[in-house]
Amino acid sequence: MLRAQPRLESSKLMSWLSPFIAVALTMIVSSLMFLWLDVDPLKAFQVFVIMPFSDSYNLGELIIKSTPLMLCAIGLALCYRANMWNIGAEGQLLIGAVASSAIAVSATDDAGFGTYLLTIGAGVIAGAFWAAIPTWLNRRFHTNIILTTIMLNYIGLYILLWAVHGPLRDPSGFGFPESAMFADAVMMMPLLESGRATISIVIAIVIAIAAGLMLFKTLPGFKLRVMGAERSAAKYAGFSENKIVWLVMLFAGAMAGFAGASEVMGPIGQLVPSVSPGYGYAAIIVAYLGRLNPVGVIIAALFMGALYMGSDLAQIELGLPTAVTGLFQGTLLFFLLACDFLIYYRFVPKRPLRKPSSRSLINEEGAA
Amino acid sequence: MDTPLLELWNVSKFFPGVVANDKVNLKLNQGEILALLGENGAGKSTLVKMIYGVNSPSEGAILWNNHEVTIRSPNEARAMGIGMVFQHFSVFETLTVYENIQLGLDKEFLDTVSDLRQIIIEKSEQYQLHVDPERYVHSLSIGERQRVEILRCLIQDVKLLILDEPTSVLAPQEIEGLFEVLRQLSNEGCAILFISHKLKEVTALCHRAIILRGGKVAGECDPGKETPNSIARMMVGNETQLSETYPKVETDQILFQTNQLTLTPSHPFGCGLKSVNLQLRAGEIYGLAGVAGNGQEDLLAVLSGEDTRSSADSIQWQSKNIGNWDAGKRRKLGLAYVPANRLGQGAVPEMSLEENTLLTHSNKLSTNSIINFPKLKQLAKDLINNNQVKCRNEEAQAKSLSGGNLQKFIMGREVAQQPKVLICAHPTWGVDIGAASAIHRQLIELRDAGTAILVVSEDIDELFILCDRLAAIYEGRVSQDIKTADTSIDQVGEWIAGGFISQAEVAHA
Repeated sequence: MLRAQPRLESSKLMSWLSPFIAVALTMIVSSLMFLWLDVDPLKAFQVFVIMPFSDSYNLGELIIKSTPLMLCAIGLALCYRANMWNIGAEGQLLIGAVASSAIAVSATDDAGFGTYLLTIGAGVIAGAFWAAIPTWLNRRFHTNIILTTIMLNYIGLYILLWAVHGPLRDPSGFGFPESAMFADAVMMMPLLESGRATISIVIAIVIAIAAGLMLFKTLPGFKLRVMGAERSAAKYAGFSENKIVWLVMLFAGAMAGFAGASEVMGPIGQLVPSVSPGYGYAAIIVAYLGRLNPVGVIIAALFMGALYMGSDLAQIELGLPTAVTGLFQGTLLFFLLACDFLIYYRFVPKRPLRKPSSRSLINEEGAA
Repeated sequence: MDTPLLELWNVSKFFPGVVANDKVNLKLNQGEILALLGENGAGKSTLVKMIYGVNSPSEGAILWNNHEVTIRSPNEARAMGIGMVFQHFSVFETLTVYENIQLGLDKEFLDTVSDLRQIIIEKSEQYQLHVDPERYVHSLSIGERQRVEILRCLIQDVKLLILDEPTSVLAPQEIEGLFEVLRQLSNEGCAILFISHKLKEVTALCHRAIILRGGKVAGECDPGKETPNSIARMMVGNETQLSETYPKVETDQILFQTNQLTLTPSHPFGCGLKSVNLQLRAGEIYGLAGVAGNGQEDLLAVLSGEDTRSSADSIQWQSKNIGNWDAGKRRKLGLAYVPANRLGQGAVPEMSLEENTLLTHSNKLSTNSIINFPKLKQLAKDLINNNQVKCRNEEAQAKSLSGGNLQKFIMGREVAQQPKVLICAHPTWGVDIGAASAIHRQLIELRDAGTAILVVSEDIDELFILCDRLAAIYEGRVSQDIKTADTSIDQVGEWIAGGFISQAEVAHA
């Protein structure tokens, strides 16, 4: 039998391997799920994992799904590194989308670059503002940031619903809860000639790399990591906790707000009630899958984007419900957190409770 | 003596990458007080944890009354009659003594006793422990809490009592009381295993001493026939100069002082600070004696700037009022600080020694916020080499170092800043004798270079060796300081029990 033994030092190898082990275990468990649903697991994986990368159309759609995940997860990775449990990317994204739309609906085709920047800026600032509320409550009244950010997600969602049913509804839209389509002047530049993918993905990757450098090569990044790892050591060293907390929270909010802006200004092109299929929540998993490393988040976001794509394709190809994606994600996060156990512990053979018998001693000598 | 109570036969314990104990043989008779001595990391704690069932040996056998036994857990150890008092007490502050003792006992045992409260009172009287079962633990002094721990072991007829550095938290007067209890137990036939760093206590109390070095038994002696110095030589195994005396100095340039510093306690059971006035002079070491829990933690936090609740003018750096400055701003002035809590405050456990070097050298090792990694690596390597820190290399995580080695690293790191003022809490707490004198020499060198140093320690001997001036802290009040040459251990011993307060009040009246 095996037993767990604490490691003297955390394993670097395992901290790289554990996401892969988690993905493998998720595959095994979901195979059982597919068998139970009478779907050939091999066929299912072909749809979920291979098809999203198979042709340029699917690849473009994959990038569209990955972009908001990546943007949100970069900010969340920094928050979690600093021990700030911001669950509010979803709400920050939605508020960013609403604010951007509020500017975009009144823009005409001859609007200039200034209006374009204003549209993006509105989303970024609104997202940061939405993150500032729980941060202020936490700093001022020591409220639990997990609870307040989750509550603000719901408030954000209802503000979005109010906006599409009220002030931002398209007057000539036959009463559908949608805004008018935005003018081309306030749309994100497309990445390629064809397809709906925009330059947002490029911006996301650049910011991810910059955030990675900041985190590991600069003093502010070091201070952030110290504060997350051991608050009293940060206090001892004289690192300002308030400054770090505000910076990571506002940054995460701004990133989520930008994700919301780039959704309505990009692939969707208008404000709709279903701006986000839970990107802000899935980004939590992306942040962990990427080892809370902004550069790792790039790969993790593409993987999670493929899962979203896969669930769309699975509906078409296999007739599976979208809830399968949620199951997938949940299983993955579960194994991801469980596998981190391996970083701090290792498995060693259980010693016999009694003193080793003479026979086993002989065996050992024989083996040697 | 016929059969020994406890015998260890070639007991070894392996941890990943470390041999903590290597073929240890040991005998302990009924009624014997055996001292277990050794440097830090010599394997004392590992050995007693195996006897108490916390760990089990990798090899070898434990014999109890001449029968081989496997002790799978502390519960089994207690059922056999083995009790242990840890360095850090495991009592709940918000519960009463009675409730704490009841919680620690097996259900089977509780079923056999009719009135636990009565037993507590009887045992307490029998050994003169003066423990009232109805008092809340948070209202007890550290010494009283230790007596609760001992009482807890005595309730279940204990045959072997293990004490891990029991005197490190006690005032001199309390230590004598503890020894009386231990001698009484020993006379009644209870064997005692006594771990200590303080050799004077070992020679005063113990019948026999076993010395561990590098996990092996390095020697055995009769402490009564040895002097503290001769035992210490067996422990370190080389000719380290021990209990050196340093020339005392006196200067008059005050660098850092507090004015009527008063603070409410930072936690409900703390005692806060009351009108504290202390002056640190350049080129002098100021020693603050006191038993743990008399406001040292609050004082250290407020002096280092971790706690900025004090008013600006209550702490002065030369002529600057810095009472409300945070630790970062004070460090820029030239303040360095060696905290009591090494892992978690002085160092981040999960980070490498390299990153932990950056913790307090961040201003020097970065330009425009970009960290200079080659320079950082070099500094970390130098700190490790110059201070003989035993570790894998500069990339080893802080949590993988033994307490003494981590202290050497933190001490070296803070001294390397060439501070103008150094605040130092318990500089040699749990550090072996060889390393302790190295740390002492470091402090003296720093003093001679003109640094003002504050040493807060519970070890009066150490303060007398090290400090030029002495004061005591008691329930948040700090006594007048006095030149070390003009005082005695007895006087400071009285002060740390609060003696200076009545004196001052008498003087005022």
